[in-house]
Amino acid sequence: MPFWAEITVTLFLVIAGLFGLVGSYGLVRLPDPMTRLHAPTKATTLGVGGALIASMVFFYATEGRVSTHELLITVFLFLTSPITALFIAKVHLHQRETPDDLPTPAEGTGWAGFAAEGPARGVRDFPPDPAGDTATPEISR
Amino acid sequence: MRARFLPHPLLSLTLFLVWLLLVNSISLNSIVFAAILGLVVPMITQPYWPDMPRLSKPMAIPAYVLIVLYDIVMANIQVAMIVLFKPKSRLQPAWVCVPLDLRTPEAITVLAGTITLTPGTVSCDLAEDGHAVLVHCLHAPDPAAVRDDIKSRYERRLKEIFE
Repeated sequence: MPFWAEITVTLFLVIAGLFGLVGSYGLVRLPDPMTRLHAPTKATTLGVGGALIASMVFFYATEGRVSTHELLITVFLFLTSPITALFIAKVHLHQRETPDDLPTPAEGTGWAGFAAEGPARGVRDFPPDPAGDTATPEISR
Repeated sequence: MRARFLPHPLLSLTLFLVWLLLVNSISLNSIVFAAILGLVVPMITQPYWPDMPRLSKPMAIPAYVLIVLYDIVMANIQVAMIVLFKPKSRLQPAWVCVPLDLRTPEAITVLAGTITLTPGTVSCDLAEDGHAVLVHCLHAPDPAAVRDDIKSRYERRLKEIFE
């Protein structure tokens, strides 16, 4: 492998490692579920992206062919990561927020996530289970 | 007739190309199978996606992708800085409501995805009538500026592409 390729691959691997680490550290450091969601959805995109660029350069330098799998991984990552984030955000909205905590979209309308379950009712308002268990187990913060 | 065989020509083309990229080689074998996928998958999934999305300015897509890629890199650095150096007490998370001018579902989906991928914002919910998006910001001293930024930077371009 030529010297320039070694330098490039190393550089991108270090960048990838740093951003992956920062993303994970954000999970520990940020105060609540919604802000924690920001760290892994973003910092890790560049983390994985750096590793993919390093992989492309590596295969080009050692085998002289352009590997397209990395491009596809990037595309699939960009397609799936917003959806994962949306699912986590929705669960958070249902368990921890009421429509009163959020800005209203316009006069007379609400957010779709709350409309589906009847007027202004989050999961946490469900009556306790007759068996004695509460409907939503409280997760310690 | 054409509608039955190729209900989504763009989807067919995308499937064809993605299969060739997955196989990572161009041989008769892979081309035939890519063509079969491109024909069969849109036909099977057609009941779930009856309307064909219109693209009025497809030439604007590469510019949009480049802007978003640039913003993603910048977003990563910004969020990393906030995570590493901003004291918890000075962090100002905020909910922002972004009213939409976009009406096509595909355009709104792309906008929501873009918001989640770019600087310190995650799209969380859609209004009942689909005319606004709920966005959570990691650090937003000025929520109105975030809203205007999303509208002028991404929504305006998407409106040109889709509507």
